[in-house]
Amino acid sequence: MTEDWRDSQEILVMDGRIKVPYAWSAGEVGTTYLESLRDAERFLGTRCPVCGIVYHLPRMHCPDCFEACPEWVELESTGTLVTWTIARRPHPALSPLAPPFGFGVIRLDGADTGFLHLLYGFGVGSLRSGMRVEAVFARERTGSILDVSHFRPSREVV
Amino acid sequence: MERVAVIGVGMTQFARERPAETAADLVFEACTRALEDARLSIEDVDVVITGSNDFFDGRTISSMAVMDACGSYDKNVSTVEGDGTFGAAHALMRVLAGWGTVLYCAHHKGSESVMPLITNAMFDPIFERFLGIEAVTSAALQARAYMDRWGLDEETLALVSVKNHGNAFRNPVAQLPLETTVEDVMGSPYIADPLKRLDCAPVTDGAAAVILADREHARSAGSRAVRVRGVGYSCDAFHLGDRDLADPSALRDAAARAYRGAAIDDPARQIDLAEVSEVFGYMELMWCEGLGLCGPGEAGEMTASGRTARDGDIPVNVSGGCLSANPVLVSGLNRVIECVLQVRGEAGEHQVEGVRTAVAQGFNGPCGQSQCVWVLGGEE
Ligand SMILES: [Zn+2]
Repeated sequence: MTEDWRDSQEILVMDGRIKVPYAWSAGEVGTTYLESLRDAERFLGTRCPVCGIVYHLPRMHCPDCFEACPEWVELESTGTLVTWTIARRPHPALSPLAPPFGFGVIRLDGADTGFLHLLYGFGVGSLRSGMRVEAVFARERTGSILDVSHFRPSREVV
Repeated sequence: MERVAVIGVGMTQFARERPAETAADLVFEACTRALEDARLSIEDVDVVITGSNDFFDGRTISSMAVMDACGSYDKNVSTVEGDGTFGAAHALMRVLAGWGTVLYCAHHKGSESVMPLITNAMFDPIFERFLGIEAVTSAALQARAYMDRWGLDEETLALVSVKNHGNAFRNPVAQLPLETTVEDVMGSPYIADPLKRLDCAPVTDGAAAVILADREHARSAGSRAVRVRGVGYSCDAFHLGDRDLADPSALRDAAARAYRGAAIDDPARQIDLAEVSEVFGYMELMWCEGLGLCGPGEAGEMTASGRTARDGDIPVNVSGGCLSANPVLVSGLNRVIECVLQVRGEAGEHQVEGVRTAVAQGFNGPCGQSQCVWVLGGEE
């Protein structure tokens, strides 16, 4: 009986990496939106003329009605935390933040839909669904979603 | 629906790392097993469909790299990038389009890449990706929303992990059989609250294949042919903030379509067994509700009462599910294959008595955005 050649084999592994530059268009709606964050610290949504839903993130077309949404709506920088998590594992390639920090779906005042953003700069143990949060804008703004640095518990007086 | 049957199935051994085999080797292994199971040779196959993902494989048009391994030369070939339930649905359509015998295979080598980097890239590059969100943190948002909706605690979510890792002991191809308790799950480190390590599926290498055939070509398989009674799919919004994350509405729609084809109007009574894609423990609860195996918000109680256990009245994931082996893309196909084996009565040690009708579920996209449901077996 001959010994199977595979039994004593050490497997070679080729290390590599795929690195391809991209330049993603933010589109007309995305550009208007990001410019407003950068230049005016103002969130914008779009309203569907048929169902009346105010979308934030804004979009060109209502996915429910399949109609154009040409109307811009100014939104507040405060909102409600719809759901949240606390990231516990560092992923340096994905985020410069050191855990623990939060991700949340936030529904801004004046909008009907939520959007994803970061929650940190406070004890993330206090995170609760339904809590009031407010945006903290970055000092240096470049026309990116990170012109909003993060959200924190709202300091508004009820 | 026209008569279409699954006449052959094949799975590789699933493991955290299978360094000795390339993706093509795994595909060859799965396809060979499916052909043997169907008592066919590759010459009997009219159409070949492959399932792969360029990001996971780290190569452009990854499907082309496995074409040799699935015997596709000179055959009618197409490729599907998405979960195995959708790939198998494409195979079904090829049969319905008049091609007698269709082979579909899917592969995944999770060991060769870095999961969070790849799942991060499924999010919008302008508005979401640079926040650092990926599969686990996004699923955690859904888990929290679901817990909040129904007032569930983390211990209830942990029951799924305990059950499925325990079930995996009876499944020889499963990767991660574990003797574990709710306390063990609760004590495992948080990855993204409320999800802990034991709530999350592992990284897996492996492949699977199925052979579908029309009535005429299914004849050779005899009683081992398992009829496809209904397939449905449905999609929810892409942006997480547009969706009600606690409500599996896309799955409910997909299930309604599959059940219409299968003439099922009371799934909790008419379905004997389910295999669902619980990449995270909480998902099994949500998917059971979406499939109508219980009412909305009732899956936690159903699980706690043991009804979804191996000896319960509606066993869910007796194979160990995705928590015990999660080759992405292949995972949904595994659910279909497990249902086929159960209906045939050939699931070995994890066979459940008297399974006549089984339902399999798979999904694509963050938090189960796009859902696919298969109803297999059952009465003529
Ligand atoms: Zn509308």
